[in-house]
Amino acid sequence: MSARLSLWLLMLPVLLWLGLLIILPHIDMFFVSLRTRVGVGEYEYGLANYAAFFTEPLYLRTFARTAIMSVLATALTLVIAFPVAYFIAKVARGRWQGVLFLFCLVPFWVSELVRTFGWMILLRETGVFSSVLQWAGLADGPVEMLYNDAAMMVGLVYTSMLFMVVPLVTTLQSLDDSLVEAGYDLGGNGFTVFREIILPHAVPGIVSGSIVVFMLSLGNYLTPTMLGGKDSLWFTEMIYSQFIVRFNWELGAAFGFLLLALSSFIVWAALKLSGQTLEKTLG
Amino acid sequence: MTESPVTPPDLECRDIVRDFGDTRAVDHVSFDVPPGSFFSILGPSGCGKTTLMRMIAGFQPPSAGDILIKGRSVLDVPPNRRPVNMVFQHLALFPMMSVAENIGYGLRRQGLGRSERDEKITAVLDRIGLPGTGDRRIDQLSGGQKQRIAIARCMVMEPDVLLLDEPLGALDLKLREHMKVELKALQAAFDTTFVYITHDQGEALVMSDRIAVMNAGRFEQIGTGPELYHAPATGFVAGFVGDSNRWTATVETRAGDGGTIRTAEGLTCSVASLPDAPGGQVTAFLRPESISLGDTGASGDGRNRFDATVDTVYFNGANSHLRLTVDGTAAQLDAALPQTGAFQSVRAGDRIAVSWGADKLVCFPDAGN
Ligand SMILES: Nc1ncnc2c1ncn2[C@@H]1O[C@H](COP(=O)(O)OP(=O)(O)OP(=O)(O)O)[C@@H](O)[C@H]1O
Ligand SMILES: [Mg+2]
Repeated sequence: MSARLSLWLLMLPVLLWLGLLIILPHIDMFFVSLRTRVGVGEYEYGLANYAAFFTEPLYLRTFARTAIMSVLATALTLVIAFPVAYFIAKVARGRWQGVLFLFCLVPFWVSELVRTFGWMILLRETGVFSSVLQWAGLADGPVEMLYNDAAMMVGLVYTSMLFMVVPLVTTLQSLDDSLVEAGYDLGGNGFTVFREIILPHAVPGIVSGSIVVFMLSLGNYLTPTMLGGKDSLWFTEMIYSQFIVRFNWELGAAFGFLLLALSSFIVWAALKLSGQTLEKTLG
Repeated sequence: MTESPVTPPDLECRDIVRDFGDTRAVDHVSFDVPPGSFFSILGPSGCGKTTLMRMIAGFQPPSAGDILIKGRSVLDVPPNRRPVNMVFQHLALFPMMSVAENIGYGLRRQGLGRSERDEKITAVLDRIGLPGTGDRRIDQLSGGQKQRIAIARCMVMEPDVLLLDEPLGALDLKLREHMKVELKALQAAFDTTFVYITHDQGEALVMSDRIAVMNAGRFEQIGTGPELYHAPATGFVAGFVGDSNRWTATVETRAGDGGTIRTAEGLTCSVASLPDAPGGQVTAFLRPESISLGDTGASGDGRNRFDATVDTVYFNGANSHLRLTVDGTAAQLDAALPQTGAFQSVRAGDRIAVSWGADKLVCFPDAGN
């Protein structure tokens, strides 16, 4: 009996957190998303907000753009992080391993705002890159490298790196060196050993890293706002403007739910495609 | 080492040296392995066995020396193209592949077609006595089965030389005993040259045609099991191969080849052959089975004879032995206790006569640790 009680007491913080901060707001949100304001303090219930989303091309386009760009950012992060993680886990020895790992962490000691601002200093018209290009005679006038998709992508990848590197380093460290050597010993070359031994072993790390990076990119607000241009609208900016600028909580809430559905669907699809399950990845 | 051989040895190492910074892991090692033979490298932990094997497999270049396979130097051949394969200490089977895929991995690298691969995989699984296990996952195999799959995975490659790095180390004692015999049978069945690393002298003695005893990076002696056992070249070999009573002693008198020695414990014995020993210090080795129990023959035949008291009887079937203290000295010795009638009733505290021939006591000038 008392064991039961202590179990409940132990679970209480988790349950409170789940209930108050996750489930309750979402239920409330859901009801908000279903109503439409017809007059002062007068509401009608229905799917009008969702219908509005599907009939307005700008919403749909932004939605699709956000999804595609997030997938792209995830893929890019993976491609860049994999060699980094492999180097840290398998090539670097002893103290170097820790030092390199620390380098990946350093950017996270400053706030996201400052980090993103760093990129602005480098990329803006009067920024470092532009000045260097002019000084070197490679450009005639100031070059604006900010406010486009490429700049935004750089920012997204940079922000996400650590979350890809950490799970990859962990899985790669658990790869026995002798498996790689056996791969070569039995006649494999660098490519086949990578494809048949290293990659299959790293799949759980790739999947969990990708899920985190994808979610972070999809839900990122600061980077697209600061580095992206007028045309590179992010879906989170749209939600923000509905809530804060237009005071249209109803439509904002609907957008929020659509984003949730989108991310869940893409993660599910990716897991299905890679033949992984969430349990296998997390366990 | 063989002059103008008709067939070159499958594997030949010439003066191999390997340094890691200041430490010399392998120190001027030379040997050759004739085709189809079972060659073991026996040595204590950290003596450089794995380093030597990794150089043969091609994972590390030697600092100096040459490695030849079937008479051709392979120093500039990368590991994936050397005609040698290696069974790793922890087997290194690919956990994400099935048994058949593990065996097929190397065949695919050779560019063999599907049907040909399947044929070879089926044949080799039959050969190792595990037919029909191709679809199993690696974690569904027992230790001994994994062992055999690891060997099969290398054998389908038809290597000139198969390297095995303590492959029985991970198995429990019982299975190890069983696999010793199995491994020897597999080697005979495949008729391939095996180079086998172990720190277990029992494994080396049972399986090998020839054994190299390695210590601190150097080869102390190369020979057959009986040669190493009965005619060790150094104190290290005498101490490492087989069980021995070991004493440090000083030379008392010399007469011809032999003389007498006196051990630190106060035992004086005659020795048939004494080495040159600076300072007169030697280490003497005596096999437990060289000690005869009870009164055997008359005195004056040059045998060392003592009266002793039994301290402990260690009964272990055919391997039973006695721990004795020689009367009037502090010298303890282990003697084999034959389970043939006469000495079955020996108990602790009994007095017993012991003797051994002067030629059975082997002395070396080195410490032989
Ligand atoms: N990569 C390396 N860098 C530095 N020293 C090494 C390296 N590999 C091996 N050594 C050293 O070389 C010596 C021989 O090592 P090796 O692994 O060959 O021993 P071993 O005989 O296989 O021992 P064991 O029976 O324990 O496996 C050891 O002193 C070891 O510390
Ligand atoms: Mg070793």
